[in-house]
Amino acid sequence: MTLRLTHTAKTYPDGTKALLPTELSVCKGEIVSLLGPSGCGKTTLLRIIAGLETPDAGSDIWFDDDNVTALAVEDRQVGMVFQSYALFPNMSVRANIGYGLKMQKLPKAEIDARVTEVLEMCQLQPFASRAITALSGGQRQRVALARAIAPRPRLLLLDEPLSALDASLRESLRDELAVLLREFDITAIFVTHDQDEAMAIADRVAVMSHGRVVQSGSPEELYRNPTSSFVAGFVGNAMALSGKADGTTLHLEGGTLTLPSDGAGQTVYVRAEDVRIEESGPLRGKVEAVTFLGTHYRVVISGVTSGAIASIHSGQIAPKVGDFVNMSINPEALMLLPTEADVA
Amino acid sequence: MLRSKTKMLQLAVTLLACAFLFVPIVMSVLAGLTANYFQGVSSGLTLKWVFEVWELYANSIFLSMGIAFACLICTVIIGVPAAYGLARHPGWMSRMLEEFISLPLAIPGLALALALLQLYGSMQGFRASWTFILVGHVLYTLPFMVRSILAVLASMDLKTLEEGAASLGASPWQRFRDIVVPNAMPGILAGALTVVTLSIGEFNLTWMLHTPYLKTLPVGLADSYASMRLEIASAYTLVFFILIVPLLMAMQWASARAQRIAK
Repeated sequence: MTLRLTHTAKTYPDGTKALLPTELSVCKGEIVSLLGPSGCGKTTLLRIIAGLETPDAGSDIWFDDDNVTALAVEDRQVGMVFQSYALFPNMSVRANIGYGLKMQKLPKAEIDARVTEVLEMCQLQPFASRAITALSGGQRQRVALARAIAPRPRLLLLDEPLSALDASLRESLRDELAVLLREFDITAIFVTHDQDEAMAIADRVAVMSHGRVVQSGSPEELYRNPTSSFVAGFVGNAMALSGKADGTTLHLEGGTLTLPSDGAGQTVYVRAEDVRIEESGPLRGKVEAVTFLGTHYRVVISGVTSGAIASIHSGQIAPKVGDFVNMSINPEALMLLPTEADVA
Repeated sequence: MLRSKTKMLQLAVTLLACAFLFVPIVMSVLAGLTANYFQGVSSGLTLKWVFEVWELYANSIFLSMGIAFACLICTVIIGVPAAYGLARHPGWMSRMLEEFISLPLAIPGLALALALLQLYGSMQGFRASWTFILVGHVLYTLPFMVRSILAVLASMDLKTLEEGAASLGASPWQRFRDIVVPNAMPGILAGALTVVTLSIGEFNLTWMLHTPYLKTLPVGLADSYASMRLEIASAYTLVFFILIVPLLMAMQWASARAQRIAK
């Protein structure tokens, strides 16, 4: 199913604009992530799509060729995975998964067959007759997904589906979720504040800030070609190099850099993995902290620009705290973005 | 030595307190089973008085049980949707409403009964019917039902559970039936036992509202104390005990269970 939102906005009765007029299209079978910090309107947008929140007048929501704007949530045929899972404590795993099918008034034999099928897909057979309270966090998350998917919804919506889990579990379930969603072959939208999660699961990421979608594209596109400093900072933690640009030369506290193009009116960004520590580098700064991360070191260096910058250093030996080091940055790795008054 | 002395003292105080509580009960029950109270237990034990109570007051027992049951049905029908509404729309209005429902707890039953008499006393058919007593009992027991359910509902994320059911295609009525009521069940059960126990034992209100033809169990008890032999009054207490103690025990069990779930 394709989803199309036109001019969709949400203003709360107290005047708070949770979502500014937004256009969004999601193709059939596409998995889109809404990524942004808390309070950016991503959950509001998801809830509007689900039908749990009424958008402002003038908003239109299309499922294929059906305008569903006025439909209540129970008539929209969406599957929803909630942050807290919202599993029914008065029902077993099996009854939870079968509830949506029961609401569709399917014959009992068919419900049983479909539930068994979904249990198998989500590897939940051993827990089928258990009570919800007897499940671990990861199992609950899978039951929530199975319950949402069992009635074969037109659209699957996931609201921070992994945030209630332990960090160690989150990573493995993230990959599992990415595989399952593709197996289901369903159009899906999921909300997250974790960029790694968005990149790992989604075909396309829509980055949101202050109630609007600021950039949308494939994870690679967002990472390599951010169009705003917000996206550069939020996706991949780019660091600003604040200095004085003079044509294609950037003068910093700790040295000068050659820019790929004219830097007037632009802010220059770089990512930690592009800052190389080497003898012949044109930049010089003082090592403030060194963190060993197994495959590499993360070295924090001050004195290059107004704030500290980090470098990913993959050598066998790391510089010591207090040392002065030289660095170089490949001009291609520099990102020039229009300077914004409001850096969110 | 000192330790055993304090131990002895503790034991003595405990036993004394128990005796203070139990001796009157035992005496009263014994009086109901003694052939002649003034001669003492030596006159022999008998069930005569218990049978006499049954003959004289069986109607009171059935009336009380009927009113308690009807009261339970009314408080469930009013209380479950009321508690659900209060839990779903928290805010100052709900809190005010909850306080308002709870007013009969603070107002003496006599005042409540007087108000009912002033308002409905002239409606002869209603005044003389058992439903008049029922109204008083419902007013008095409803807050216990509502609060008991509310405590269980407040402990869960009802809004999200309902949203979950709605996203699966459940209509508001189906959500209420499949999600709200089953999850509120421990609260309903605890509330139900409280309501039945209170209704059977209620005296203040009922004494004001009753007619000579409609005596509930406690009103009959007062009547027997005033007008019958002491043995019959005591046997009445025994009958009352037999009816109310199992209910009290069930109430304890149910409220402990509701509290466990509310955690």
